[in-house]
Amino acid sequence: MDEPQGPDSAKGAQAASMTSPSLPGKVARVLLPLAALGVMVWFILARGASLSPVQAPPIEELTFERVVFRTNPSEIIATVRNTGPLPLTVGQVEISEAIWDYSITPSPTIPRLGRAVVSVAYPWVEGEPHGVTLITSTGFKFSHEVVVALETPEINTTYMLFFTGIGIYVGVIPVFLGLLWFPFLRSLGRTWLDALLAFTMGLLVFLGVDALHEALEIGERVAGVFQPVALVVLGTAGSFLLLVAIDRHFRKSGPASASSEGLVLSYLIATGIGLHNLGEGLAIGAAYTLGEMAMGSFLVLGFTIHNTTEGLAIVAPIARGGAKLKHLALMGLIAGVPTIAGAWIGGFTYSDLWSLLFLAVGAGAVFQVVYALGRILLGKLHETGGLSFPSLAGLAGGFAIMYLTALLVAS
Amino acid sequence: MDPGKFLSHFDYGKVVEERPNGTSVREYELIAEDKEILVAPGVYYPAWVFNGTVPGPTLRCREGDLLRVTFRNASKHDHTIHFHGIHPANMDGVYEIVPTGGSYTYEYVAEPFGLFLYHCHVMPLRKHISKGLYGAFIVDPPEPREAAREMVMVMNGFDVDFDGENEFYTVNGVANYYLQPGREVKLKTGELVRVYLANLTEFDLINSFHIHANVFRLYRTGTRLDQYEVTDTVMLCQGERSVLEFSYKYPGKYLFHAHQSEFAELGWSGIFEVSAHG
Ligand SMILES: [Cu+2]
Repeated sequence: MDEPQGPDSAKGAQAASMTSPSLPGKVARVLLPLAALGVMVWFILARGASLSPVQAPPIEELTFERVVFRTNPSEIIATVRNTGPLPLTVGQVEISEAIWDYSITPSPTIPRLGRAVVSVAYPWVEGEPHGVTLITSTGFKFSHEVVVALETPEINTTYMLFFTGIGIYVGVIPVFLGLLWFPFLRSLGRTWLDALLAFTMGLLVFLGVDALHEALEIGERVAGVFQPVALVVLGTAGSFLLLVAIDRHFRKSGPASASSEGLVLSYLIATGIGLHNLGEGLAIGAAYTLGEMAMGSFLVLGFTIHNTTEGLAIVAPIARGGAKLKHLALMGLIAGVPTIAGAWIGGFTYSDLWSLLFLAVGAGAVFQVVYALGRILLGKLHETGGLSFPSLAGLAGGFAIMYLTALLVAS
Repeated sequence: MDPGKFLSHFDYGKVVEERPNGTSVREYELIAEDKEILVAPGVYYPAWVFNGTVPGPTLRCREGDLLRVTFRNASKHDHTIHFHGIHPANMDGVYEIVPTGGSYTYEYVAEPFGLFLYHCHVMPLRKHISKGLYGAFIVDPPEPREAAREMVMVMNGFDVDFDGENEFYTVNGVANYYLQPGREVKLKTGELVRVYLANLTEFDLINSFHIHANVFRLYRTGTRLDQYEVTDTVMLCQGERSVLEFSYKYPGKYLFHAHQSEFAELGWSGIFEVSAHG
């Protein structure tokens, strides 16, 4: 009933001290929770598993990152990572259900998130499946099945040239072929150019969705400890936001003419497609390494046709304003050359984790371009009161043509 | 060589010397190769073969003969020949691995008499056996067995998709060969039949042999002439052998097959077609 004055005045004093603490006071307020957390961590580490009422045996986890086949002498080399919560020790190695002598570096005991390389002198048989199984000191068993054993390409001139050739064939030449449409595009009227922008947008939506799907699929093979889905989101959102910021910066600082805006957009498209093609290169290099290149020429043909439309996408925004030849050449290189780098990485040091990141970053870049194109097309809505039929058809057509050409490379 | 000819084909080697005690010096040649072979109608398998076939040739000699088996390796992988029977350690084909292009001569006196085997003994053993590097090896007793219609039956399997399980089971290399019209094993009533039966099936622990409408004398491993049992079904472990003797009383068509129904229906079945003696 009768409220004492005390609490009110105390509240007032608290509020006052909150608003203007001294510097040491601020530092103390930052450090206090951290110190408390430190005590907590020490307590948990010191007490360990005794926190739990039941003494459960530790769950071990081991992930195969790469399995390499060598000849002269015949050897199987597996790179594994401890993705469990505790260190583990490899005790035995079996190849296709038989115990084999092996060597392991740096140590049979692998710390949490640490890596080890297991080498087994094994007379593997080309073209046949081989299972690699590691049994830990506590009896956990981890297996990896290679469906078709093939000699893994080593980094040497022959393979460098081979992968470079494939990259040029699949990435660089088709993009430049697409750029050859530039003179034709310049002769088009405004409605058709809008339709072309819409076409480019449809095409890029497909590439973006495709890259995301691929990244998530690879994520299923990546150890849970690396949080593959979060990495895909991080890579996609990160590259998207970064490129949006860059785009804004250019449009604010540069002269705001329509042609320079188109040029920036074209460069961004080239960058997005370049990142996408890096992912394609990875896929091709990895397919070769994993012995899936039997369909090689068909795969190369498919990517070639698929990528020719990418050149078209790059030049769509500058068709009205025009551009110097050096810009076209540079864009072609930005979009095409990453395929070569991708083929090298995929062929020599394929890693699921890196592939996932490349694909996610590529998806983000592609979505940024979709966003920029969308803004241009939506801007026109105010002028014309709606997307024209050719633009709608272009949007659908872009998506459809990517779908159809992707059928050539789908597995 | 198709299983029809393989059935009654015995490789006695080249006799280079007849010795006073009645034994001979025999020379054989076995060549290992990588070769695609037919294992079931319409299905080929990338095998490793001795002298072009799976099973390899049935080597035959007499107890006390001096054998010289020259092995040449024309396969892309290391191989050896490991014989069953009594011989010195360096003739055992385990440590003297013969690389691609290499050769090795196994030389020893054949003993004791019985039905033996030879097979590659390079690791991984499961691979080298399942790929087809094996055959039967008959050592005849000093006093020959009673004259008979003789045949060899090597039971095996083929893992054509390399998943560690056999897709096909055969005798002498082709699934259901002796089941096909015109390819039945032709016998006569009253004729003594002797089957040299060996189990070289990989992946499965055992295989078996069963004849219809008859019983046979079972001489385990063929190492004794006076001890046998009478039965109609015999189970053999991987690598085990037996010599079987029987004759048919009535003419007609009689099945013989593995008594594991699964194997019988995956290729390990055949027919004895018995005609009246006359
Ligand atoms: Cu071998």
